[in-house]
Amino acid sequence: MKVLLVDDEKELVATLAERLNLRGIEAQWATSAEAALSRLQTESFDMAVLDVKMPKMDGLLLKKQMQDRCPTMKFIFVTGHGSNQDFMAGASEVGSDYYLVKPLKIDDLIAKIREALQR
Amino acid sequence: MAHLDLIGLSGIQFFGKMSASISHDLKNVLAVINENAGLLEDLCLMAEKGKSLDPARMKRLAGDVKNQIRRGDRIISSMNMFAHSADRESVAIDLRELLGLLVDLSLRHASMRGVSLEFDRLSDSIMVTTSPFILLNLLWVCLDFAMTAAGSSKTVALAAEKTAGGARLHFRNLAGMGTAAASFPAEPENALMRVLNAHIQLDPDSQEIAVSLPGGAQEA
Repeated sequence: MKVLLVDDEKELVATLAERLNLRGIEAQWATSAEAALSRLQTESFDMAVLDVKMPKMDGLLLKKQMQDRCPTMKFIFVTGHGSNQDFMAGASEVGSDYYLVKPLKIDDLIAKIREALQR
Repeated sequence: MAHLDLIGLSGIQFFGKMSASISHDLKNVLAVINENAGLLEDLCLMAEKGKSLDPARMKRLAGDVKNQIRRGDRIISSMNMFAHSADRESVAIDLRELLGLLVDLSLRHASMRGVSLEFDRLSDSIMVTTSPFILLNLLWVCLDFAMTAAGSSKTVALAAEKTAGGARLHFRNLAGMGTAAASFPAEPENALMRVLNAHIQLDPDSQEIAVSLPGGAQEA
């Protein structure tokens, strides 16, 4: 299981990746949509965990572009929104059933990753 | 009629927009602290099972948490200043401090649009007597426009100067002003200008917006 974490908060994704790695999930990270797309040129991932709000290209648009390159890839969105209404509207547009709200609980994230990959 | 009644819904929307941005920033601070604390917990659990703890690693993680606490404190200080800007309709304020606050409040919006904000926080103080909240609102809509009008450099420079009739605030480097200038300022901006007795001037040649404020300005 190989996961790419994408969030413009470098310390957040780097630490989260380390914690997933400690739990046996191979996780790598990128801090921008451009960097994430660039990684897909040389590596393949089973799943991406995307922050919704990122500079230049948001997580929803990034998902579309990643999916064009890797149609089998699964996605989980992470949002800092206090209310999820706007996010849910956007997420349903791009067809994602999986989302989590910051701050994350690692057990919840792992459960979502497993659930999404088993579907 | 009270100033805030005059600007009505647009003032509430401005307050909401800034509050949402601040809450998003704070969520990120908490999320980073949460992961650092989680990693510390993971490492401690591993130590209980016999893996040695690296003191340097522990120190770095503690330092990371402290950095986030400092970041959160700065955000909350800005939020507090912003909240109190609506306390009084007319008060003597330092334009340099107000522009600094505007920049702090707008950093996330700017980052999302790939725009950098330049402002000299050590510039001279310029005191004016005005409504801080409504002036912040007016300056935000100008900055919002300026970020849209920023050219390929994607940098907006902010500055304030004392003038004979009051003070002037500048938003510079707007190489992309072009056709967007035709629709700015619109009625919401005009309402703010009327309350403040301010004036917005767009200058495509020098690629800047200038906001003139009436008398009462003095260098501190």
